[in-house]
Amino acid sequence: MNQLNEQKLPKAPSRIKHYLTFILILFLLWGSAYQTGSTFNELIEGFPNMFSVLDEMIPPNWAYFDNIIQAMLDTIRMAVLGTTIGAVIAIPFALFSASNMMKSTWIFYPVRFILNLVRTIPELLLAAIFVAIFGLGPLPGIFALGIFSTGIIAKLTYEAIEGIDKGPLESMTAVGANKIQWITFSVVPQVAAYYVSYVLYSFEINIRAAAILGLVGAGGIGEYYDRTLGFLEYDKVSTIIIFTLVVVLIIDYISTKLRENLL
Amino acid sequence: MSSATRPIKPKKKIYKRWVIYIVLALIYVWALSGVPVEGFKETAGQISKAILSGIFSPDWDYVYLPEGEDLLRGLLDTLAIAILGTFISAFLCIPFAFWAANNMSRIKANAGIGKFFLSFVRTFPELVMALLFIKVVGPGSFAGVLALGLHSIGMLGKLFSEEVENIDLGPSEALKATGARPLQILWFAVFPQVLPGFISYTLYRFEINLRSASVLGIIGAGGIGTPLIFAMQSRDWSRVGIILLGIIVMVTIVDIISGYLRKKIV
Repeated sequence: MNQLNEQKLPKAPSRIKHYLTFILILFLLWGSAYQTGSTFNELIEGFPNMFSVLDEMIPPNWAYFDNIIQAMLDTIRMAVLGTTIGAVIAIPFALFSASNMMKSTWIFYPVRFILNLVRTIPELLLAAIFVAIFGLGPLPGIFALGIFSTGIIAKLTYEAIEGIDKGPLESMTAVGANKIQWITFSVVPQVAAYYVSYVLYSFEINIRAAAILGLVGAGGIGEYYDRTLGFLEYDKVSTIIIFTLVVVLIIDYISTKLRENLL
Repeated sequence: MSSATRPIKPKKKIYKRWVIYIVLALIYVWALSGVPVEGFKETAGQISKAILSGIFSPDWDYVYLPEGEDLLRGLLDTLAIAILGTFISAFLCIPFAFWAANNMSRIKANAGIGKFFLSFVRTFPELVMALLFIKVVGPGSFAGVLALGLHSIGMLGKLFSEEVENIDLGPSEALKATGARPLQILWFAVFPQVLPGFISYTLYRFEINLRSASVLGIIGAGGIGTPLIFAMQSRDWSRVGIILLGIIVMVTIVDIISGYLRKKIV
């Protein structure tokens, strides 16, 4: 009986895999620290600087608020228009990359590939390219945000389209609807709420992005970081940061509430 | 007969819908009124053509230069910034995650403060953080590492705290019954449950940080962004093309590996 128990006792799983993973992670970290020149010494040496910067940031220069309010409104405008452009362009992309809309893999795989490509390019890079094309101002920022949000909205929406109920699709086909009727009466009612929710979500992302696009000259409040940091006016910088935070938090709150109501 | 069984459309909803339409219209009127439409620069078409031709004929020589400052080293730098930044934040955010989890503190307000703190960190743009760190440790990759490390605490802390909130309290209670100390409870009952989620979210954040790291260089915080912005300023579009290509390839490969690992873990 005792022997039987011993035989049935399972062996503890080998831990070699864990050790190897641990060593690999350590190696990655060491290599990264070496490559970036990160050392604790540098951090400790920089610490006093950090406190002096923080010290200068407090108290914020509230009078500067009047100078940046127009730029902040511009930032919100950029986000609104960029999101709208993205939302409109995303519709055909979402329809073409959903496998239950387009039966042929020759259509939806290439479209998805394009969407993946678009999403790998950070919006700041897009903005820098558009600044080179259109010159300084909010216009390149709007286009950059538009393209960037196309990638997000189209991806989330096509996943929503693929998850819809097949029944209405089949019944529309059965009554002989053409392609456009088929989409408006069986697809749109099922995904509209999701789509609006994703548009709002990408608006939240775009507000944050729009606030920094000015660093490459694409308009909005970001331009003021350059101006104030260049002159080491940290009290003004903290005014900009606090203002941006407040606006972003308010918009996030509204958008989250709206999305909760939708879904 | 048929008209009697037909459901009547709810009136309130129509009214509500019109309010939404009007508000939307007002927002758009306001948004469009502020955009200066001075038209495109006349050189826009020319430059776009130059950019497109540059992007489609990348400067392959730039991939590897023996004397340094080439694409591969820039990408390696970017990767290193993202790895180190993600790792720092994954460690730093653990205490914040427990602070912000509802089931870990007896007073509900305590967790609320933690959540608010994390959302505050989340809204603080990483580029602004990088700008400040450049003033602290000087321009270079290290400023980028610190900026990513601090900024990611916001999102990782939130995701981690949700993971902590979802744990099964049974094992913790069982350990408490055997007289385990709080640290032992944490180590043997809580950590084994949350670890897969933590690792998966860390990998996810790593994917995001890699994208951020590739633009940090634009403001001088190291990585591939610095040569990219230099190439853009000198209108060397074939170099811009190869750098963009490099970023796209690197991000795609890392996404595939990280996605595979995440699927395996969860």
